[in-house]
Amino acid sequence: MNRGKLIWTGVALVAITLLLLPFALSYAGTAWVRIANFAMLYVLLALGLNIVVGFAGLLDLGYIAFYAVGAYTYALLASPQFGLHLPFWVILPIGAAVAALFGVMLGAPTLKLRGDYLAIVTLGFGEIVRIFLNNLSQPVNITRGPQGIAGIDPVRVGSVDFSRSDSLLGVVFSGPMKYYYLLLLLLLAIVLVNVRLQNSRIGRAWEAIREDEVAARAMGIDTTGMKLLAFAMGASFGGVAGGMFAAIQGFISPESFVLVESVMVVSMVVLGGMGNVAGVILGALLLAFVPEILRWTVEPVQQALFGKMLVEPEVIRMLIFGLALVLVMLFRPAGLLPSAVRKRELTHDRST
Amino acid sequence: MVNGLTLGAVYAIVALGYTMVYGIIQLINFAHGELVMIGAMVAFTVINLLAAAGMPPLAVVLIGTACAIPVCMLVGYAMERLAYRPLRQAPRLAPLITAIGVSIILQHLAMLVWSRNVMAFPQIIPLTSYSFLGAIVTGVQLTIVGLCFAMMAGLALLVYRTRLGTAMRATAQNPQVARLMGVDVNRVIAATFIIGAALGAVAGVMFGTYYGVAQYTMGSVLGLKAFAAAVLGGIGNVPGAMVGGLVLGVVEALGAGYIGELTDLCRYGLGPEARCADGGHFVLFGSNYQDVFAFVVLILVLVFRPSGLLGERVGDRA
Repeated sequence: MNRGKLIWTGVALVAITLLLLPFALSYAGTAWVRIANFAMLYVLLALGLNIVVGFAGLLDLGYIAFYAVGAYTYALLASPQFGLHLPFWVILPIGAAVAALFGVMLGAPTLKLRGDYLAIVTLGFGEIVRIFLNNLSQPVNITRGPQGIAGIDPVRVGSVDFSRSDSLLGVVFSGPMKYYYLLLLLLLAIVLVNVRLQNSRIGRAWEAIREDEVAARAMGIDTTGMKLLAFAMGASFGGVAGGMFAAIQGFISPESFVLVESVMVVSMVVLGGMGNVAGVILGALLLAFVPEILRWTVEPVQQALFGKMLVEPEVIRMLIFGLALVLVMLFRPAGLLPSAVRKRELTHDRST
Repeated sequence: MVNGLTLGAVYAIVALGYTMVYGIIQLINFAHGELVMIGAMVAFTVINLLAAAGMPPLAVVLIGTACAIPVCMLVGYAMERLAYRPLRQAPRLAPLITAIGVSIILQHLAMLVWSRNVMAFPQIIPLTSYSFLGAIVTGVQLTIVGLCFAMMAGLALLVYRTRLGTAMRATAQNPQVARLMGVDVNRVIAATFIIGAALGAVAGVMFGTYYGVAQYTMGSVLGLKAFAAAVLGGIGNVPGAMVGGLVLGVVEALGAGYIGELTDLCRYGLGPEARCADGGHFVLFGSNYQDVFAFVVLILVLVFRPSGLLGERVGDRA
């Protein structure tokens, strides 16, 4: 078999696996389909952050704020809170646009900042957004504060309601399964955008800025515009993911948008391999799935070994998670699947 | 104001831990807040034990702190040795991720050891208060502020007047050249971590004593604020961390105290009448926005002085 054929067979196999996966998962329980959905949301987030961190080299530790903005935009426009019930294809672009606006809001004053200063400002920005969401229940009730917004509309296309089960040609599609396919579609689109971006004029401009901003400007790149574009673009991906999160969950509260989540997404990007789309996807899937798998295995293992629960599974899960972060970084400092540029950097002599 | 100064002094001490490590190896040690937490937890455990035995309060607190310091030093050293030293030549973000990993590990280990519950500080210190220039000051506050300033002075002496301090500054400027000059760079970096950890332990005890409680989650928020303080002053800069901490503490306390009053639209005749009638209030931002201040001030300062209050211009090393 020649190379081209091999690649196409591989693609076809992956496609078939992805298409059939929810059926396999639903044998293990609908919970697993849900977990797969959340994993895909994380992939969306990680790919969005990859634009900011991986492509443009701007360390953003408050990325979850854009996720929150997207989620709250969706929630406010499709819930009993204001009595608005717009359809999702109207809201998702609005959410993306609002998130992009926030991205520019964060990007504009911080253009001058470099490296770690940028990191702390973005971190602060994330916290500010969360605190506002938590407190905007007074004097006018907008976000319902810590109680969160409930009763958010699910995605509806025509008469198909994504929160209910439907059967098509005798096959039953549960709610989470339908979301799975919707997310898969969205994911495909965003992966495509990411890959195309990387080798476009914009992508190369970002890379130039990441490697050396002064040189990039000297070469005639509009560094201000490009950095803002990176922030806006990354944020809009976060906004879309947030909107989907709100629709799938049906309930959101500020608690879902804490700093740890930002850190988690950054970990996914770095762990997988910054700047490399395949690496980022791998990192996101690993960090999303491994804790869940641990959640389902730690308890039975303890029961079997000691006959009782010695340590809460949650604690062990987090301990292993922390340990995994440390170990992966120790043995593969550039991530599991490093991008070509990073690989080159590492093998180069690093005397500077 | 006094509250702010006390809090600011504690922030400053924690910020020193961040800034010293950053100054030398350009690493944001995300786990530093966890060190502070462990310091507080160890000290509280010892203090609770001894207080139950009926020892005098001062001795109890001192012994508690004395136990916390070596534990934190050990943890700090282990952290540097296992998680950061192997990555010294790695890309910038790799040690950041291990730092996050270490922070998660420490936090959950602490939870295993001390459980989720809040540990209370025994009521052994008498609440004496003094009136000073019209402000009410408690003994605890005075002690904390005094101790913090003493520690800052001590650290300044160490950094600017001793052999170790000179070696530290040399390493910060250029590790390769420092090594050529006969500085044992690894030992200097380890020493920096250990000193930072010791300061963190004391800060943890003070913070816990001040609020009367300690919990396994206390490290993250405190660490965040202290990190903000370090950046505010110009990260990597020792006096900057002190100034940043104090400024942040005071701004936060003043902000929380006055913001409600200042954003009460009724005061300006702008609020809706139904709410403002009979001296009602229409407060835009209440004191629950306290945590926002730290970050808003930080962003404002950085917009106008991108390298912090006392920071020098440095090239991008990211």
